[in-house]
Amino acid sequence: MKMRGAEIVWECLTREGVDVVFGYPGGANMPIYDAMLNYPVHHVLARHEQGAAHMADGYARASGKVGVAMTTSGPGATNLVTGIATAMMDSIPTVFITGQVPSHLIGGDAFQEVDVTGITLPITKHNYLVMHAEELAETIREAFHVARSGRPGPVLIDICKNAQVEMCDFVYPELKLRERQSAPSPRVLLDEAAHLIEKAKRPVILCGHGAIISGAEEELMKFAVQTQTPVTSTLLGLGAFPASHELSLGMMGMHGESHANMAIQNADLLLAFGMRFDDRVTGVPKTYAPGAKKIHIEIDPAEVNKNVRVDVPLVGDLKSVLRDLLPLLGEYDHEEWKQEIAAWKAESDSRNIINWEDDGKLYAAHVVNDIWEATGGAALVTTDVGQHQMWSAQYYLLDKPNRWITSGGAGTMGFGLPSAIGAWFAAKNEEVWAIVGDGGFQMTSPELTTAVQEGANVKVAVLNNRFLGMVRQWQEFFFEKRYSAVNMLTPDFVKLAEAHGIPARRVTKREDAAEAIEWARKTEGPVVLEFSIEMEDAVYPMVPAGAALHEMLQRPMKA
Amino acid sequence: MNYIFVVLVENKPGVLNRVASLFRRRNFNIESLVVGRTEDPAVSRMTIVAECPNGEAAAHRIEANLYKLINVIDVQDVTHQPSVTRDLALIKVRVGPERRAEVNGLAEIFRAHIVDVAADSVVVEITGTEDKIESIIELLRPIGALEVARTGKIAMTRGQNDGVRRLPGMNGNQYDEMMMEMAEMTP
Repeated sequence: MKMRGAEIVWECLTREGVDVVFGYPGGANMPIYDAMLNYPVHHVLARHEQGAAHMADGYARASGKVGVAMTTSGPGATNLVTGIATAMMDSIPTVFITGQVPSHLIGGDAFQEVDVTGITLPITKHNYLVMHAEELAETIREAFHVARSGRPGPVLIDICKNAQVEMCDFVYPELKLRERQSAPSPRVLLDEAAHLIEKAKRPVILCGHGAIISGAEEELMKFAVQTQTPVTSTLLGLGAFPASHELSLGMMGMHGESHANMAIQNADLLLAFGMRFDDRVTGVPKTYAPGAKKIHIEIDPAEVNKNVRVDVPLVGDLKSVLRDLLPLLGEYDHEEWKQEIAAWKAESDSRNIINWEDDGKLYAAHVVNDIWEATGGAALVTTDVGQHQMWSAQYYLLDKPNRWITSGGAGTMGFGLPSAIGAWFAAKNEEVWAIVGDGGFQMTSPELTTAVQEGANVKVAVLNNRFLGMVRQWQEFFFEKRYSAVNMLTPDFVKLAEAHGIPARRVTKREDAAEAIEWARKTEGPVVLEFSIEMEDAVYPMVPAGAALHEMLQRPMKA
Repeated sequence: MNYIFVVLVENKPGVLNRVASLFRRRNFNIESLVVGRTEDPAVSRMTIVAECPNGEAAAHRIEANLYKLINVIDVQDVTHQPSVTRDLALIKVRVGPERRAEVNGLAEIFRAHIVDVAADSVVVEITGTEDKIESIIELLRPIGALEVARTGKIAMTRGQNDGVRRLPGMNGNQYDEMMMEMAEMTP
């Protein structure tokens, strides 16, 4: 059947199961936007292309499906770059479709021409420049496969305007891509791993984002319980193992729980499940878990021995490797080890501000804790980057995966609101909270009007300390409190919300927080709550740059 | 030390850029990179000589990262395998008729060819290992000013030998005996 290129785009997208796309039209993608009207796909008009990219990302993280964003050429495409890099660093399956000038003008500096495939080459898993309509079907088919297979990631398709209007035969193609999968781990390696696990007296599981991507929650639980091994998570691994479980240690790393970091440093065996030993979780690699053997289960062979030397690498999808490994294991008991960790935990509990007597001040920890209690820990939570992100990770305790949506690897400010809107499209019946800082929120707050236009039921909690808090904290600790460019004037967020037609409230006292949260939950549609929190509170514990994981700065005990 | 990789890639526009960009982004240093067509028009063959400061670990990283490129079909490390490596150089020597015979003599010793003779210069074509080419350049230098064009190294393993593949499964290959031995030695 003869079709226009633009129609082929939508034929392929609908066959990939796409029912919502986030985007922004412009000169070089008008034929695609014209053809869209004939297909059952909902389009969400972002207010900035970066917002569209984060929405697609949030949608993908909440749904496990491929998120799609589309923009025009030139600046439309370059505005995606931060969003693409964010998805790349966190392995999020996304497809970005950009318009491009007609193929005969390429290289001639035509209006709104930018070398988008060149710019995005290092921040995509793969990208394509499509010059003619007949390449479209195969390219789109392949792009979706690449985005979601193996270690997922963003794929960009740059489509020349002439390819959008050319007519050609449309046949939905077979996937021609070469299968590329690591061979199953040989028995000798599995045996060696099983041997180390059997011998271990002080094992710890390091659970990463891979556990969620792989859908290995069940196997992880079986492994942890059968071998009685405590589980600590990376920032992006939170939710793979229930926080309420007695074996859960919470988050590890720079702002991880001190008992989790102590357990890692004193372990004799680390079981790294779908994580990559990022510098935020290891501290200085030389001093990292010095007494531990390391078993690394990881789908991407390029991550093996990249940051930390491991003893047994098992390359493959976590779920299937664990399925191979579990039958080789007996039941173990690490009572003594668990006792030791419990003692460290008692110490961290005593320093936890949540357990302290109310001093009348409003701390971020209280706010996040109140949101957690009100929502029963079951909401989808998105964040920006900085102090509020770490507090959210520490106090919004998750029992389920795909609910914690945060920019980990890239650390992108402004991610929270748009990703929440995207996530809402994947989970319309669930509660969605964007917990954002006053800095990050101001980067993408124009998306409030997108939320209104779409009726997106997103609750925004702005933790306003009138500082760029994390930078301020570093300046306090490491730059002799010389505050440089961190004082931040903010608009009246309540009025800002109201200007968008969004109900809003400001909370300045601890005793008002829970009630305001309840009000927001009962109010239909988007709501903004601004919490005026302590200006100079810091995130604890903190592993300073250049220190070992156990050398944490702890919250000072109250006099 | 320098490692030599033989990399088969899809013969498509932009693939060389992807490979070169990967080396830049990951901070691997390329000594030389040669690319050309193969017996199969859909496949190009690259010989990449790369600096691997910490040896095997760096070689593993390079190999694993190359496979992350969708257009890469196969990667072999031929550094330690019996193989033939060749470089080709064209060397123009500014020399008049009076010392041309000297150049000719050297060319004969090195089994090089004189491929152009002009009034004030000759062009010598030589293929061989890097050492051999370096030697003739050094010997020609005193005779007259030089202009040198070199291709960089191409490599092919001898006989039935394949290069080392550290990532079983990536192109359908399995764990071979050497890998198994390494695996047994690991802990």
